[in-house]
Amino acid sequence: MNIVVCVKQVPDTAAKLQVVDSHVTWGDSPLIVNPWDEYAYEEALLLKEKHGGRAVAITMGPESAIEALKTCLAVGCDEAYLITDPVLKGSDAPATALTLAKAIQKLGEVDLVLLGKQAIDGDTGLTPAMLGRHLGWTVLTQVIKIQDLDPAARTIRVERLLEEGRQVCTARLPAVVSVIKGINEPRYPSFMGIRKASKATIPTWGVNDLGVDPGRVGAAGAFVAWPEIYMMPVKETKVEWIEGSTPQEIAAKLADKLIAEKVI
Amino acid sequence: MANPVWVYVDQFKGQATPSAWEAVTAAKSLAEKLGGGITALVVGNGVEGIAQQAFEYGVEEVVLCDDPSLLDFRVEPYAAVFAKVLAEARPKVVIGTASTRVRDLFAYASIDLECGVIVDATGLDVRDGSVIVTRPVYAGKLLCNEMAKKGEPLLITVRVRAFPAPQGGVGKSGTLTRVAPVLTEDQVPTKVLDYVVEEGEVSLDGAAIIVSGGRGVNGPEGFEPLRALAKVLGGAVGASRAAVDAGWIPYSHQVGQTGKVVSPDLYIACGISGAVQHQAGMRTSKVIVAINKDKDAPIFNLAKYGVVGDLFEIVPALTEEFKRRLGK
Ligand SMILES: Cc1cc2nc3c(=O)[nH]c(=O)nc-3n(C[C@H](O)[C@H](O)[C@H](O)COP(=O)(O)OP(=O)(O)OC[C@H]3O[C@@H](n4cnc5c(N)ncnc54)[C@H](O)[C@@H]3O)c2cc1C
Ligand SMILES: Nc1ncnc2c1ncn2[C@@H]1O[C@H](COP(=O)(O)O)[C@@H](O)[C@H]1O
Repeated sequence: MNIVVCVKQVPDTAAKLQVVDSHVTWGDSPLIVNPWDEYAYEEALLLKEKHGGRAVAITMGPESAIEALKTCLAVGCDEAYLITDPVLKGSDAPATALTLAKAIQKLGEVDLVLLGKQAIDGDTGLTPAMLGRHLGWTVLTQVIKIQDLDPAARTIRVERLLEEGRQVCTARLPAVVSVIKGINEPRYPSFMGIRKASKATIPTWGVNDLGVDPGRVGAAGAFVAWPEIYMMPVKETKVEWIEGSTPQEIAAKLADKLIAEKVI
Repeated sequence: MANPVWVYVDQFKGQATPSAWEAVTAAKSLAEKLGGGITALVVGNGVEGIAQQAFEYGVEEVVLCDDPSLLDFRVEPYAAVFAKVLAEARPKVVIGTASTRVRDLFAYASIDLECGVIVDATGLDVRDGSVIVTRPVYAGKLLCNEMAKKGEPLLITVRVRAFPAPQGGVGKSGTLTRVAPVLTEDQVPTKVLDYVVEEGEVSLDGAAIIVSGGRGVNGPEGFEPLRALAKVLGGAVGASRAAVDAGWIPYSHQVGQTGKVVSPDLYIACGISGAVQHQAGMRTSKVIVAINKDKDAPIFNLAKYGVVGDLFEIVPALTEEFKRRLGK
């Protein structure tokens, strides 16, 4: 089993965000591996432990994104590749998917690509299906359980969490799978793992190494523009305390309010 | 087929989903500014009734692909039809509800159509002839205005409950065009075997009322009083990550950044402190009620009505009160 894990580096969820001229900054808050992608690398490691093979982590981002790859190596991924290039700056989801697809093709024999459900900065969740389309492989999103994987028969059976409940389906490999919380419990890096990762060499690829047309990525290749970013206007809701001497009295007062609000 | 605004109608097992028609409301708001009517694309098996419903909601034209091979949504055969029809029509925008299916469909087909996709819109406008899409980013801490830079149509999903359901008229009709599927079964790599639907519970998606519990419910049985209240109100039960991680309730109930984003009319948070990651999933609720022992819990900064007290006393009292008022 050759598994590729796509991880993205994002600002910590607790970061205090600021917007200056439609550019988002987060001061010196740490950058982390996108939380959903932790489930992706954990699943890759579990599958590798069961079926053998290797787990390779890739990320596209600025040079600092190498830290996300080190985390992947520290938890047990075998190799990691950083895709970084000034022309990639400003890429939208299709450009990201195209670049990741080229990197996966360059890696050669790959049976499975694992991604997180979505990145918590842009919150689009578009990359998995776009990547699958670029590669021409099976797409399975929102996977909460891999029931079975048969490398010989080249099939996978998964449970996907949809709005209506869990969908069970079988599919052909190679596949692009995005995973959600509940699929596993991501492990922490071990001390040994961290030491190993700090010494590892992480190759860097640019668009020329991947054969990506610079006109199709970055701000130049983007299909959408996002010229305006601003803080969510704060709703000035001052809480109205509902008080009373008994729970019944409180309940009656609250019921009055909610009925007057016409939400019940 | 010259309408600049199209709608893709999401369906499950031959029925339009509860939020599917909200896309028509969103489309109407754009069609008014761009001129022209609305065309709907309906794909599935046994979905002719949806085409009829679309006319009743004021759609003028329906393109229908109704075939047994399209019984279950699978992205490859649906996207093949979608891309073929839209490549010919090339409207300005296509709008669908922000379900998992529609997100996958738009993402996949956009590669063939060479066009942009914007998901989870909460607002739509037209400026100088361009469609401007407002959507939350960074877990709802920021808003972003986005627009197409190149490629048409722009594919847009609208967040559930961001637009109201349209008003239906009776007996309207319009032009119906049938198209054939593009892929044959052996070209589709996925087979759907089964659905495991949680019985008897209102799903969080699209729920108008949500009663949510956190670490304060203190155990799996602590959700019982919340379920009782939700039942009386016809609402769904939500949870914080702390309650889900403790194994008290399945993940499908989790609200927040790594759970579901909901936007009900009424959100009752019981024993939830209101961490930013929880807020990310519920801050756009219309009216928020918080019940918490701790007067300084951050959830009270978001709440319109606050009760400082023990949820195990307040929640059952509320259930009784509403039972009486609603005559149940
Ligand atoms: C990357 C990341 C993603 C996350 N994603 C999510 C997410 O999607 N959703 C989410 O919810 N969290 C998420 N979290 C976790 C989040 O940070 C909080 O830890 C979590 O929301 C806390 O849950 P809680 O409010 O139930 O628990 P606590 O913070 O422990 O709060 C419990 C509250 O219950 C009150 N209480 C106790 N007993 C009673 C009683 N008898 N009556 C009334 N009140 C009582 C207490 O006063 C307290 O305020 C995420 C965290 C990270 C780092
Ligand atoms: N720049 C990137 N590098 C590597 N993986 C990415 C990148 N952007 C997105 N992904 C993967 O795609 C998933 C969905 O991201 P998104 O579509 O941006 O919400 C993430 O959880 C990652 O697994």
